Amino acid sequence: MTSRNIISYSFLILTLVVVQLLFLKNLAVFGQAFGFLYLLGLLVLPSTLRTIPLMILAFFLGLSIDLFFQTLGMHTAAATCFAFFKHIWLKISSPSGSYEESEEPTLSQIGLVRYVSFALPLLFLYSLVFFMADHWGTGSFIPVISKSFFSSVFTLFLTILVQLLFFKRKRGIS
Amino acid sequence: MLRIFEFLYKIRTFLLFVLLEFLAVWIIVSNNSPQGAAFFNSSNAWTGKALEKQAEVVQFFSLAEANASLNSENALIKQKLLGLQAQPDSLPLQVDSLLEAKYKFIGARVIANSLRLSQNYITLNKGEKDGVKPGMGVFNSQGVVGRIKSVSKNYAVAFSLLNTSLLLSAKIKTSDVFGSIQWDGTNSLEAQLLYVPRHVTVSKGDTILTSGFNAIFPEGILIGKISNVAVNQKDPNYLALTVQLSADFSRLTYVYLVENPAFQELDSLQNQSVLPND
Repeated sequence: MTSRNIISYSFLILTLVVVQLLFLKNLAVFGQAFGFLYLLGLLVLPSTLRTIPLMILAFFLGLSIDLFFQTLGMHTAAATCFAFFKHIWLKISSPSGSYEESEEPTLSQIGLVRYVSFALPLLFLYSLVFFMADHWGTGSFIPVISKSFFSSVFTLFLTILVQLLFFKRKRGIS
Repeated sequence: MLRIFEFLYKIRTFLLFVLLEFLAVWIIVSNNSPQGAAFFNSSNAWTGKALEKQAEVVQFFSLAEANASLNSENALIKQKLLGLQAQPDSLPLQVDSLLEAKYKFIGARVIANSLRLSQNYITLNKGEKDGVKPGMGVFNSQGVVGRIKSVSKNYAVAFSLLNTSLLLSAKIKTSDVFGSIQWDGTNSLEAQLLYVPRHVTVSKGDTILTSGFNAIFPEGILIGKISNVAVNQKDPNYLALTVQLSADFSRLTYVYLVENPAFQELDSLQNQSVLPND
């Protein structure tokens, strides 16, 4: 990863966190679908960044979101889980092992179908961990599943929208 | 021995994953105990400041409504005050401890609030500096809002009534039967009134007030109205009562904090009266 890349990725993640804090904090579509847009920053990081640094980054990213959301530890746990499974799932979901080391799993690089099959299960996993931590002890199961499902779909929609609007074609991030 | 280290090195990613998850769970658990990890929460100075700035912008748009509600409340208080003022020819009365003002009130502004999770918290712009203490009750002109959880120098975090771990002592106004209010985590407009025995006749629309038993809230602050009456499926000895909350949690701006200075005394006295079991 070049230093130019590092700067542009840091800028992207910082912007996404600010957007998450200012606009998506109290947003819940129909009281069900939460938008975890800041995960886009973790999603599009190239696979040259190994799982260990990615996991540490995710841990602190989740913690900083938690500090503002009064959901201490929940985003942290979910983001760490997300980071751990990202590379594993990227390998599995790539068609017949065509997994390139330097690849950025962005929409323009891997196409819509592969992007959805790559991102949606990860986002669902994230939402599932988050809402399970939130509803822990209340014994309700159906709300956890429905919230997780609608949140992951809504987040996927947001990440696609942001990539279409703000990412340069075939050039990673602007 | 070397093999063990080699093996551990091989699964280092997984080990780190387990370690970080363990840390996260520890943070969740320690944060949910009322005394723990006060450092991490949003009464922390930096996040508090950022949240306050955000609230200033958002709440500018609801100023008119806030003003109107303050105004109508002021009028009500003035009316009551007029009735309390002593007439010049009345007998001077020595105020004893029975008539002494029992509760202290502090006004505060909400700077962060959530209602979509099952553990919701409210951040307020008053802290230790202004005399806020953990355990104080929070309410506004519409009804009960929550209870203070932890306090920093300038900010405080409260359990919202929309938090599944908060229980409040409540009573039905018409019959004076008491129970506990708890939120079940589903609908942000409704909570459950628990432990009301089945023989009590309850009807839709009955008013639910604070009971004053737990000495956090003064007696008679509005909580809501009964919106549904049914028999508890899990424990048929009790009724399952749904209460429509009177406070509008989606637009909280100004709240009052209430403290009972005699709470410590009462609490320790009540603890003494419990017989030791073991």
